[in-house]
Amino acid sequence: MTKIAIFDFGAGNLFNLHQSLLRNGAHAVDIVRTLKGLENYNGLVLPGVGNFDSAISSIQNDAASLNMAVENAMPILGICLGLEMLFDKSEEGILDGLKLLDGEVLMLPKRKVKVPHIGWNNLIIVNRESNLLKGIPQNSWVYFVHSYHIEPKDQNLIAAIADYGSELPVVIERSNLFGTQFHPEKSGKIGAQIMKNFIKFCEKNE
Amino acid sequence: MTLSKRIIPCLDVDNGRVVKGIKFRGVKDAGDPVELAKKYSDQGADELVFLDITASRQDREIMKSVVKNVASVIDIPFTVGGGIRTLSDARQILLNGADKVSINTASVKNPQLVTDLMKIFGRQCVVVAIDVKRNFKTDEKQTMSSPDKDFYFEVMIYGGSKGTGIDAIQWAKKVEELGAGEILLTSVDSDGTKNGYDIELTNTICNSVRIPVIASGGCGSSEHMFEVFNKTDVDAVLAASIFHYDNLTLDKVKRYLAEKGIKTRL
Repeated sequence: MTKIAIFDFGAGNLFNLHQSLLRNGAHAVDIVRTLKGLENYNGLVLPGVGNFDSAISSIQNDAASLNMAVENAMPILGICLGLEMLFDKSEEGILDGLKLLDGEVLMLPKRKVKVPHIGWNNLIIVNRESNLLKGIPQNSWVYFVHSYHIEPKDQNLIAAIADYGSELPVVIERSNLFGTQFHPEKSGKIGAQIMKNFIKFCEKNE
Repeated sequence: MTLSKRIIPCLDVDNGRVVKGIKFRGVKDAGDPVELAKKYSDQGADELVFLDITASRQDREIMKSVVKNVASVIDIPFTVGGGIRTLSDARQILLNGADKVSINTASVKNPQLVTDLMKIFGRQCVVVAIDVKRNFKTDEKQTMSSPDKDFYFEVMIYGGSKGTGIDAIQWAKKVEELGAGEILLTSVDSDGTKNGYDIELTNTICNSVRIPVIASGGCGSSEHMFEVFNKTDVDAVLAASIFHYDNLTLDKVKRYLAEKGIKTRL
């Protein structure tokens, strides 16, 4: 039985994500406001709605539980803001990020492209070994809604990029830690496959 | 840059049923919102927009369950608008599964709402719908953005029925500043005519802001979609009636646009 937790930053719509996880193979999905008790789950999703500082504030007290989950190799998927939070800091806020990954989060180049980056863009897969992107064809369309993007220090983290003004890293993967800048729960059949891949990975963690 | 142009079916919902009005007046039943949403999503819609046109505030409760039911069956983004006046209205809609809220009259009456929504939910959640009609009585207007024309683009509220005296170009720039993530631009002059999108209006607004613009009003064929994509920088098109009555399916429209060189998600 694959049981997934979605952490609630208190910023809105988790219903879609919840439904998407259930549609794509999770047996139970709980929306949680604390990470204490995370050991009862096979995977954790950090969702992609809200604003950097308020999201960080809402998870700050649980930083120790999160670090422990990472150490215990719990599969974690950060979506959009949930991905951005994993880094050191963001131009969207003044608080420190979760610092699980080295690098920072920058505003998209307003002079070059329309911000937010809203819409369907092509996924350019650079790591063909990626577990999260298993079975996903090159140039698949995925749905983006964001104004900030990640700049990881370690280029080896990057599993896929997308072209929007510059080449943006949009999928990262480091063993059990996954992140997508786009919204798989909103990306039609391709997104559904990515969700299935994550859930399969969580099953192995059972 | 490889962003696809978005094709967005719009469903006007009245008391839990999809209806289609002509020139903002007179309505015709067009089906069940959840069924239509699923159908469009499966056919390749890039996004969906629901506009709640239910008259009474009480009956609007129905919309929350519609939103929830729709969110359970589709995996593409969707926006809900109509009657959202307060932060709590918006929160209710978002908690029930919508990805974005669209505000129209409320943004004119209370511009601060745009900023408040942006601060709490993020810019990407905030669509400001602007209904626009050409006003030829230019003496009413002191400051016009296009003094060379014998009309100005006037922002209309209450479903396109009431003029505001506000110049749409200035308003579009203002809502971008206030925190809008997208503009849903409807030409009241073109809406329901099926004569094509309002190219002049769409161009004018697209050239005035840096946020994405969705063109709406007047679509009667895939040629009209091609025309507006070809002649303006618009990011997305909204259409209702051509999809409701099976005149055209989304996959057909998208294949046609792709053949004409418009980047679409196929």
